[in-house]
Amino acid sequence: MLKYSLKRLASAIPTLFLLITFAFFMIRIAPGGPFDSERALPPEIEANLAAKYHLDEHLVIQYGRYLWNIARLDFGPSFHYLDWSVNDLILQGAPVSFTLGLLALALALAIGIPIGAWAAFRQNRAADYSVMSLAMVGISIPNFVMAPLLILLFAITLGWLPAGGWEFSPARMVLPVITLALPMIAYIARITRGSMIEVLHASFIRTARAKGMPSRNILFSHALKPALLPVISYLGPAAAAILTGSVVVERIFTIPGIGSYFVQGALNRDYTLVMGVVILYGMLIILFNFLVDLVYAWLDPRIRYDEQEA
Amino acid sequence: MALLEVRNLTVSFDTPDGTVHAVNGLSFDLDPGETLGLVGESGSGKTQTALAIMGLLAQNGRVSGSVVFRGQELLGMSPGELSRVRGSKISMIFQDPDSSLNPYLSIGDQLIEVLTHHRALRRREARARAIEMLGRVRLSDPEQRMRQYPHELSGGMCQRVMIAMALLCQPDLLIADEPTTALDVTVQSQINSLMGELSEKSSTAILLITHDLGVVAGLAHRVLVMYAGQEMEMAPVDDLFADPRHPYTEGLLNSVPRLDQVRSGILNAIPGNPPSLLELPTGCPFAGRCLYAWEQCRQLPEFEKIDEDRFKRCHLDALPTKRESA
Amino acid sequence: MTEATRDAFSQALDRRTIRGRSLYVDAWHRLLKNKAAVAALIVLATMIVLVGVGPMLSDWDHEIPDWDHYSTPPSLETGHLFGTDALGRDLFVRTMIGGRISLLVGLVATLVSLVIGVSYGAVAGFFGGRVDNIMMRFVDGIYAMPFMFFVIVLMVVFGRNIFLIFVAIGAVNWLDMARIVRGQTLSLKNKDFVEAARACGGTEMQIIRRHIIPNLLGVVIVYVTLTIPQVILVESFLSFLGLGVQEPLTSWGALVNEGAQELETAPWSLLFPASFLAATLFAFNFLGDGLRDALDPKDRP
Repeated sequence: MLKYSLKRLASAIPTLFLLITFAFFMIRIAPGGPFDSERALPPEIEANLAAKYHLDEHLVIQYGRYLWNIARLDFGPSFHYLDWSVNDLILQGAPVSFTLGLLALALALAIGIPIGAWAAFRQNRAADYSVMSLAMVGISIPNFVMAPLLILLFAITLGWLPAGGWEFSPARMVLPVITLALPMIAYIARITRGSMIEVLHASFIRTARAKGMPSRNILFSHALKPALLPVISYLGPAAAAILTGSVVVERIFTIPGIGSYFVQGALNRDYTLVMGVVILYGMLIILFNFLVDLVYAWLDPRIRYDEQEA
Repeated sequence: MALLEVRNLTVSFDTPDGTVHAVNGLSFDLDPGETLGLVGESGSGKTQTALAIMGLLAQNGRVSGSVVFRGQELLGMSPGELSRVRGSKISMIFQDPDSSLNPYLSIGDQLIEVLTHHRALRRREARARAIEMLGRVRLSDPEQRMRQYPHELSGGMCQRVMIAMALLCQPDLLIADEPTTALDVTVQSQINSLMGELSEKSSTAILLITHDLGVVAGLAHRVLVMYAGQEMEMAPVDDLFADPRHPYTEGLLNSVPRLDQVRSGILNAIPGNPPSLLELPTGCPFAGRCLYAWEQCRQLPEFEKIDEDRFKRCHLDALPTKRESA
Repeated sequence: MTEATRDAFSQALDRRTIRGRSLYVDAWHRLLKNKAAVAALIVLATMIVLVGVGPMLSDWDHEIPDWDHYSTPPSLETGHLFGTDALGRDLFVRTMIGGRISLLVGLVATLVSLVIGVSYGAVAGFFGGRVDNIMMRFVDGIYAMPFMFFVIVLMVVFGRNIFLIFVAIGAVNWLDMARIVRGQTLSLKNKDFVEAARACGGTEMQIIRRHIIPNLLGVVIVYVTLTIPQVILVESFLSFLGLGVQEPLTSWGALVNEGAQELETAPWSLLFPASFLAATLFAFNFLGDGLRDALDPKDRP
């Protein structure tokens, strides 16, 4: 198991390397970028950059320093906010963003799996069709459309929840979390339904019924685990979707998270901030995929077995 | 009194192309301790008969008729009642042992749950019984097998596990659906002799479904030949092989490859294909392929008694003298 | 016994013999039986006609404000069917113009990703072995990345330009297509009927034309249908963040962005473009699902 984990982690290194290299050269060819020798920058930033990357040195050495700094999780000075480093900005936004993201993920799993399974049991009946149509609506309405609609309904028309402004309180988290979770609920419900239907048609489920096991028993001890495997695999892309969604949600609900900084950075051409966030998110997604692989291997005896053999 | 009485069983499936008539008014009895072979080509309705008895038909399947097991009607039983009969008094093993076991559970878990559910045993007792049973089906190192997963076992070993699982509660009836078809030839004979041995030792009746006449010859007491979901011929196993009375049975027996014929390049397959189950012919279903079909075959013959313990569905009184096959 | 009788029986039995059906004719019939997919087709056709001719039917222009009407609700009297925005611009015309851009981006960027993805995937799948291994490793590497952020980075670095949007989205969105085409090619290459064609003396070109391409077509059609809404979504997302299409041009995403800011005073300026966008995405997704069901011969009874 340990060997398997390490192997998976090692296979992520080239990906990360690719990402950082891409980031470095993107910043470099960007007009007015920090590594651009014809740049016109505020002197403070220029001094910071020069100190950090030794801009007079050879390109390869600058690249090496950039890699080394990233390896130490140091993303350099912000290109726009004079006194801030990218690390400061990320650290400030992280608690809010991660709380929202994890809550949304938990909500999506808690709702998506049961309704998907329910639809599978009612396959081709009214319940199934309505759940699947709703899921299609959930997938088709983008979050930047859903968020204003939710605000219009719950904040402006009904007045139940605050519309904007931010503080760390449940009332202000409800709408952002729902907005983030809705498309994921839809995806997870569709995936669960599909895999559950497939599993319920599997021969080993027929065996369990032939053994006289009651339906509840068949569902929980025979069908659930294999039916959840595709959902587990989806968690990797889901993490990426949450990170993307957070950009929209934080902007609409004026939440001071990493996503807001990222959009501001993009509009201000704050290259170091933008690249810092992209690299951080890349790392997070790799980490998340790695965890997903571990859970998957833990659930599926065949993968464990293959690794032993190998 | 018979252990199992099947009367006028029909099974059909609603599909986008129309209604598939898989089993059409089948009736037979099975006595305690007896082994009945159910034979026929693919699509003759053997497996659907078994699944209908077990209440395991696919969702689009419809069943009618009557299946009485030890005086109890099985068709239309509530799921709760059914789950007390299945696995406990009637067990079933399937054609493809690899996919019949749950790949995500250990062999031990899959055996133990049968006993904890049906016999209300505690886990430890159930475990001991399961290990004992694995020994009885001749699996080496039962303790170790309990911890393994299906993919770590060969097909033959999986089928032994399936047999052990089916016999855990000492059922009155074991339905074996092509138990050896998916296995290697050498493994086939091992599993067959294991089944023969177990049926002799216990009082379990076996409904043996197969297209392999060799298997039937070795294990069954009586044979029911099916075609297009109907009985064609039923007879004690020796009589059937020695003296087939139905053209279809004769065709089946002739189509078994024999070493002397194979060498000379002769294979006596029955010409043509079985009728479409979407639109069954009104007359004898086998007429389209029958060597001896005549005008009267446009009407469906009765399945009637022709001798002590012998039944057939055919208008011919006797098969024309056998032509010596080259 | 008479041959004639037996023939008569055989004929009766064979009456239902299945006629050979072409996969695509068959799929088309199956699609037409799927009500959701047919409804989706109708919605999409209507949408294309509407955004195509809609702006010509109106007296207003998408840039020139109506000085008498700022943020007025939809009304027949003023002639602003969808109302006007805070600058007095007609929202019907703007929604139609925005739709042109959104649909155009969807089609062009999908085409870009189609060309890159199919050639990349087909090459990897056809050559197999080490070439395939290296090529797919590269795809896996990029795949693990937050794709939307890549597009944003490209937009930031190279400036906001509509052609760049086409290229950026297409250049990033080809991964799925490459994976799928590669998988199909790989499995087709080893299929018995391809072996058979080769054994019968078919040349590589013939095999590719007669066997590989027709069998790839199905998945590619499904994927194109599902990629278009994805691309429209990406463009809308960028425009919503202010990183996409720039004034005076507009797109549904940009309109939703403007509408969201006037949510309290002029909700119609959100609702119209939002429902056009959602309806289009909805229709493409339903059509894609329907096509997938129709083209999957596994389900054929």
